[in-house]
Amino acid sequence: MLDMTVRPRSEAGTATPGTPTRAEAGRLRRAVPTGLLRRSVSPLLLLLVWQAASSSGLVSPQTLASPSRILSTAVGLTTDGTLPRNLLVSLARAGSGLAIAVVAGVALALLAGLSRLGEEAIDAPMQMLRTLPALALVPLFILWFGIGELPKIALVALGSTIPIYLNLYKGIRSIDPKLLEMGRTLGLSRAQTIRQIVLPGALPDLLTGLRFSVGISWLMLVVAEQVNANSGIGHMMTDAEDFLRTDVILVGLLVYALLGLLSDQVVRVLERTLLAWRPSQGGRA
Amino acid sequence: MSYERPAEPAIRIEGLTRRFGGNAVLDRLDLRIGPGEFLALLGRSGSGKTTLLRTLAGLDPVEEGEVLVPRNVAVVFQESRLLPWRRVWENVTLGLPGRDARDRAVAALEEVGLGHRLEAWPLTLSGGEAQRVGIARALVREPEFLMLDEPFASLDALTRLRMQAMVGRLWQKRRCAVLLVTHDVDEALLLGDRAVVLDSGRIRTELPVALDRPRRHDDPGFAPARRALLAALDVHETV
Ligand SMILES: Nc1ncnc2c1ncn2[C@@H]1O[C@H](COP(=O)(O)OP(=O)(O)OP(=O)(O)O)[C@@H](O)[C@H]1O
Ligand SMILES: [Mg+2]
Repeated sequence: MLDMTVRPRSEAGTATPGTPTRAEAGRLRRAVPTGLLRRSVSPLLLLLVWQAASSSGLVSPQTLASPSRILSTAVGLTTDGTLPRNLLVSLARAGSGLAIAVVAGVALALLAGLSRLGEEAIDAPMQMLRTLPALALVPLFILWFGIGELPKIALVALGSTIPIYLNLYKGIRSIDPKLLEMGRTLGLSRAQTIRQIVLPGALPDLLTGLRFSVGISWLMLVVAEQVNANSGIGHMMTDAEDFLRTDVILVGLLVYALLGLLSDQVVRVLERTLLAWRPSQGGRA
Repeated sequence: MSYERPAEPAIRIEGLTRRFGGNAVLDRLDLRIGPGEFLALLGRSGSGKTTLLRTLAGLDPVEEGEVLVPRNVAVVFQESRLLPWRRVWENVTLGLPGRDARDRAVAALEEVGLGHRLEAWPLTLSGGEAQRVGIARALVREPEFLMLDEPFASLDALTRLRMQAMVGRLWQKRRCAVLLVTHDVDEALLLGDRAVVLDSGRIRTELPVALDRPRRHDDPGFAPARRALLAALDVHETV
């Protein structure tokens, strides 16, 4: 399994080009849109080729629906309520699973991170669970929980609890001992130490864990909904499979991609506001 | 060497021994610091200065010997040890009880010349500024005993001079007992009432600094005092 304690790369995904010199400034006014245009040339070209191949019958709609078809299907599914209804179901599953994961992961990490007894009781099983691919539990969960909402939410919850636990636990354990020592010389009580030093110090790790969890929750949901469900985006896609509706499947994929992108943005905004003290986050006061 | 110690010391250390894996870093050390006295502690690297300070601060246990320190002590470490996620003034009020904590923090920060950086995040401060916040955090508690462990070691020469003057001023105002650990002989002579040298686990040299305050480098007594202290540290200047 992935090492989920690795910090995801920060905003550096898209490198900002160097600040232009004065001489370049005139050229730049046009250069920015051209740059954007240049970057979108190949995707657009790809779309055109795809559309052409579909329209000419080179690629049958059973293999791959055309872009225009996907668009009209998306509009159709939205207006007839199919997409919104299934989307809501999926969102509710991911949301409740993730909520359970946050509560459970944070609680377990606090117990393990703050007390020796908690560490002994909790950490070993959690580290064992981490090596288990959660998706392999699908058959077992269906056996245990049937085909209702429970197995899906449980799967999302289980899968996303682990990165939250691992990262927060690591964060609590790696608090700078010099700061803890400083707290002792200031006469902080245990509760004050936890509130002022341990929790805020571990918050960046918690958010890193949350980012992994959000990604994992979608992954869990996709599988859970495709294996057995009678609603949700995944179900909409497997249903379409039976009727060779590649357009519907592609709409589902698109929705998943957008959801992933959106939730990642939400966590980023959280990071930016909660970690304003980091100068790299624009926190210079 | 004769030195008039106050009858009632603020800090009394008797027979303090501290071992790390067999060899004693502090070896039956005796030391007294009077109320309101400014003591400079020197010693070569690894001689146990920080170990002594940590013991006095209650961070290290007293295994052998006796240590008497006032209740209300404060420590300034070499690194400022500010919480990056708390604003400057919140770092100063950390653990401070009372409704007027913020007002007191603001006053302390103004005293160290940081009244304009109250709301700043610590990671945006310069080294000297961060160290001044550390000093404000110590002073706001109105300690009876203030310990500073090489507080200016990482600062540039000019900032260091300014900070030394500032600490001197603040001490004259407050008159708490001070233990300043330093490698800097000039610093010891500029600030200390007395300079002691820690060597092989004990105070081997004790030098009262009988120079008028405010202290100046060009005081005629400065050079001989400096030479004496350097000799105690086994440095013999021959230029
Ligand atoms: N926790 C520890 N475990 C083992 N040895 C230690 C520990 N703390 C200090 N020592 C040893 O004790 C000796 C004294 O250390 P200390 O930090 O007190 O020196 P110091 O006088 O402050 O030196 P410096 O001027 O370099 O800061 C050193 O040899 C150090 O290696
Ligand atoms: Mg030291």
